This record gives sequence, C-alpha cells and structure tokens, in this order.
Amino acid sequence: MLALASPALLVILLLIVLPVGWLAWQSIYHDGFTLENYRRILSEDIYWRSFALTFEISLLVTTLALLIGYPLAYAANAAPRRWSIVILALVILPFWTSVLVRSYAWLALLQRTGVINQVLQYVGLVDEPLALVHNSFGTVVATVHILLPFMVLPLYAAMQKIPNDLMQAGASLGGGPAHTFWRIFLPLSLPGVLAGTTLVFVLSLGFYITPELLGGGRTIMVSLLVSRNVELYNQWGAASAVGVVLLAGVLAVFLIVSRFIPFDRILAPK
Amino acid sequence: MTTAIRSVASRSRFSRHALSVSFGLLAGLSSLPARAADQITFVSQGGAYQKAQTVAILDPAARKLGITINQDSIPDAWPVIKSQVASGTPTWDVVDVPTSYCLRGGEQGLIEKLDVSKIPNAAAMPEAYRSPYSIAYEFYSSVLAYSLKKYSSGAAPNSWADFWDVKKFPGRRALRNHPLATLEAALMADGVASDQLYPLDVDRAFKKLEEIKPAITVWWTSGAQSAQLLNDGEVDMVMAWNGRVSALASEGAKVAYTYNQGVLQSTSLCILKNAPNRETAVQFLNEAVDPLLQANLPLHIDYGPANPKAFDAGVIKADRAVQLPSGPENTRKQALMSYAWWASPAGEAAEKRWVAFMQK
Repeated sequence: MLALASPALLVILLLIVLPVGWLAWQSIYHDGFTLENYRRILSEDIYWRSFALTFEISLLVTTLALLIGYPLAYAANAAPRRWSIVILALVILPFWTSVLVRSYAWLALLQRTGVINQVLQYVGLVDEPLALVHNSFGTVVATVHILLPFMVLPLYAAMQKIPNDLMQAGASLGGGPAHTFWRIFLPLSLPGVLAGTTLVFVLSLGFYITPELLGGGRTIMVSLLVSRNVELYNQWGAASAVGVVLLAGVLAVFLIVSRFIPFDRILAPK
Repeated sequence: MTTAIRSVASRSRFSRHALSVSFGLLAGLSSLPARAADQITFVSQGGAYQKAQTVAILDPAARKLGITINQDSIPDAWPVIKSQVASGTPTWDVVDVPTSYCLRGGEQGLIEKLDVSKIPNAAAMPEAYRSPYSIAYEFYSSVLAYSLKKYSSGAAPNSWADFWDVKKFPGRRALRNHPLATLEAALMADGVASDQLYPLDVDRAFKKLEEIKPAITVWWTSGAQSAQLLNDGEVDMVMAWNGRVSALASEGAKVAYTYNQGVLQSTSLCILKNAPNRETAVQFLNEAVDPLLQANLPLHIDYGPANPKAFDAGVIKADRAVQLPSGPENTRKQALMSYAWWASPAGEAAEKRWVAFMQK
C-alpha cells in the first residue's frame, strides 16, 4: 500500500512539506537561531490589528458569499438543464478572468465617477457621489464577487447528489415545499456549505491584490503585512513569520471545523 | 503509440545534445576572459523608461566602449539582487534602482564599493549625488499635482502648506502609501525650509500627517494608480511623480503640477557584489553619466539627467530645461532627498512607524 502511495507522497513532500518547512525555518533562523520575528508579531499591535481585521473581513466575505451563493447554486440545481447551464456559465466565466482584471473592473464601477455613482446621481438618489471604494466596503464587495465561484461550485456539486426521490417522498408524506427544504434538502446540502465556506474563508484570509487595489491603503490585511515585512526588514524571515502565523490560523480553522465534520467530508462532499 | 515514444526519446536525446553544446560554449567563453569581459548585463525597470534610456544612453555607450549591453528588466529588483548575490554567482552586473537600494545593499554586502577615481564623470558630479555604492543616474520628483477642473491655474495650490489647508482648498486628496517624500512634504507644510529638512524631525512630520489624514481619500501604492486617481476625478490633488502627471497632461487631461517644494529623488546605478564583469561595469558607469549621453535622456522621456553638466552640453534647450525636475531653476525650488538619512537607523525606524500610522 505504501509502495503504491509513495509517488503521491513524494509529490506532496516536494511541493508542500519542503517549501512550508523552509518557510518556517527561515522565520527562526537568520545568522543563528532567533525568535525576534515572532517576538515582533506578538509585541507590536499592528500585527494584532491586521489579523483581527483580516479575520473580520474574511468572515463577512464568507457570510455574504454563502447568502448569495446558496440561492444561486439552488437555482442552478433546480432549474431546467438549459437554464442551469446559463447560471453556471455566469458563475464560472468571471472565474476564468484574472483577479487583477476583476479588481480593476470593480474599481471602475465603484469609483466616484464610476457607473454606479453616476446612475445614483442621475436618478437623484444621492447628491454627492458615495465613497464606495478605497475602503473596506469596496474590498468586501470585490472579494465576494471574486470568491463566489468557490462557494457555488461545491454547493452545486453537493446539491446534485441529493436524490430527487427524497423530496418527492417528503412531499407525498404531506410536507410542504418549505418543510421538505428545511428537513431534507438543507441538511443534505450541509457538506457543500461547509466545503464552500471553508474554501472561501481560507482564500480570503490570504487575499492580496484586491485589498491592495480597493482598500485605499487603509485596509491592511495580513497579506499586505507580508509584503511590507519584506520591504522593511530586508530579510525573508520577518515575512515568513507572518506567513507561518497565518498558516497556523488557517490550520486552527480546519481543526475546529473538523471537530464537527470529518475532513474527508469537507474536501470531498458526497 | 510507438511513434510517440520514439519521438519523445529522440527529443530527449536532442536536448541532451543541445545541453552539451551550450555547456561547451560556456566553457569556451570562460576560457577567453578578454572577450567575456566585453559585455555587461544591465537591469532597469522596463517600459517606456527603459526604451528611452536604451536609445539615449545604453546604445551610444555600448558603441563608444565597444561592448555588448545585455538588458533585463524587473519592476522591483531588490529580491532578485538579494537572491543572486546570495547564490554566489550573480548574472547581473549593473542595476538602475532607487538609490536607497544601493545604499541598503552596500551595507548588507550585496553591492560593490565604487572607486570614484576610476569614474571621472561621477567624480565631477556634486557629492550629494553619489555614495560609496552608487551614482545618481536620473532624477524624478514628487510634486504637488492637481486637477485644473477643480482649481484654475491662477487659484491652484502651490505649496505643501496649501495641500494641508483644507479650508482654503477644499477637495479630495491622495498621498503615497510610503513615508519617503511624504514626511518631507509634511515638514515643509509645517514650515521647515526645503534645505533644512535633514535629519528629519520624524515626530513633527507624523504629527503634521495626522492633521491631513482625515482628508486623504486614497493612499496610493503605484505610480499608475496616482495618475489614474487624478485623471478619473477620484481626487483633486495628489502628491505624484512628475513624469506620471506630465504624461497625463500630454494626453490632454486637465491636470497640472508645480515643482515648488517638490522632493527631488533619483534612481542610481550600482554594481552587484561579485558581478561577473565588474571592470567593464565600472567603465560603463562612467559612460552612463557622461554629460552628453545624459543630455540625451530628456529628449525621449520626462526625466531629468543626474549629471548637472548635461544642461551645459548644448543639447537640452532652455524651454525644455524648465520642464525637467533637475533643470537648474527647478533644482533651486525643490528639496533634495537624502537617501543617506533614509538608510540610517533613524530612517529605517521612520519607515517601520509608517505601517502603524496607516493602521491607526
């Protein structure tokens, strides 16, 4: 068994264990063993603030992506085949567009002279253009849009596997649509919900370009701190330490989630 | 199936053959040090800027010295400089980078110390334009730029004190998300004379920045972004690099800027530690700051020559000189950034403090 799995293990070792190990090693070794990089993270409150802000924004993004993604996936699943293809295409097409392009697109839409502000002013809803971008708001809007496919696709996959017979059986026993949804469909789609939320949450924790472009310089997420650390301390160690702490945070999230639902069900919704 | 396998096999045999040929070539080159030394690898930031300097400086310098200049470009050379030197066998020779990289790299043993006596053109330049590790190569300026739609040129902000005066000049503002030049501007806004800035009073600068912070709409991170903000009307005034604003203006955008109290900054040339062609690189450095070649640069792009003698070479006309950041008249109106101060412990501490300032 081990012999069969060894090529795969080798790939994992080369592509994941070694680089991450190297990252961790750099963060504690610079001309000798040092904990300076971690001392800095623990003692300076800019790091705490960034980590708090990053988790806050990621939670918000995940919640919004779930609220938007669930009905979308449900519609794609329930609609006739032709329509479900259209819905999925609308979700996946932006997915194939570069994150940079989509971030700039949001910038063009949300800025002072952007389409949204111009329409709002034209119809007389606002007198002054709203500050929709260069703040956390713009960052969240664009991040939700960019990460939405990572919510919709696992949800759709989970919903596809729910047998229609179960719903019909529920209905034949006198359950209304809402009742069968709450008692049968929703619980069976939960693995998809968990997979989607975990994916989106973890991805948004490490988001870089979008907060950099749309955050106006004030939305300093952890990824920005990593790049700032390279610039400021001129050694990879300082940035590596921030990366290691973020990684530890992500693993902690996985660990907590795995207490409620086993790992294999999160990663491969059945 | 069999054909596929055979073709893969022959391809790998071919590539092995090709490899051995190229190794042979490399060995041949290194056994001929005289010829190998007749080239350098020069690295700059690419784009319109690198094209302009190729025509203005690199090509003429290569012809004059009879060498080949291989070019590479990268937006931020620092990480590569670090890893190349750390590997022990750098492939780059000369880099054109923000001056602070040369100084910082010099301290960390990544950059060669220069012997100015071998670079007479640099020896003739003002002392403030060079360091033990670097020679200023071209000047740009962080200037106060504004929208002409919002402010007519008669009633436009003309100093950092005006930029800070949100009552007299209402409007949306942007500054760079970086302390370099921003702290200098804050101090000038607070009344410090442009030639009395260093050592920077960091506390005073941050205190002054706290004052303007609520009025700052965007803290920009790239030059392109600063120009776009002004062009889109997202902000009405901004501290930006002169070349970015003049490019907008030449495209017809209603924007203008003043050199008054601008912060004169430079990129510099420096040589990587243990670079493969050090001696040729030093010869090139001398040519690169030759007054005549330097005078060519502003014919192709809105950056100023670093060698002041370029303005006496008869190439740059008077009406062009007044547009350039390092033109004699403009130099007098501006502050010259001290990269030595920014590379000092106090400067590094100020840079670290910036992140905390942004988060508050």
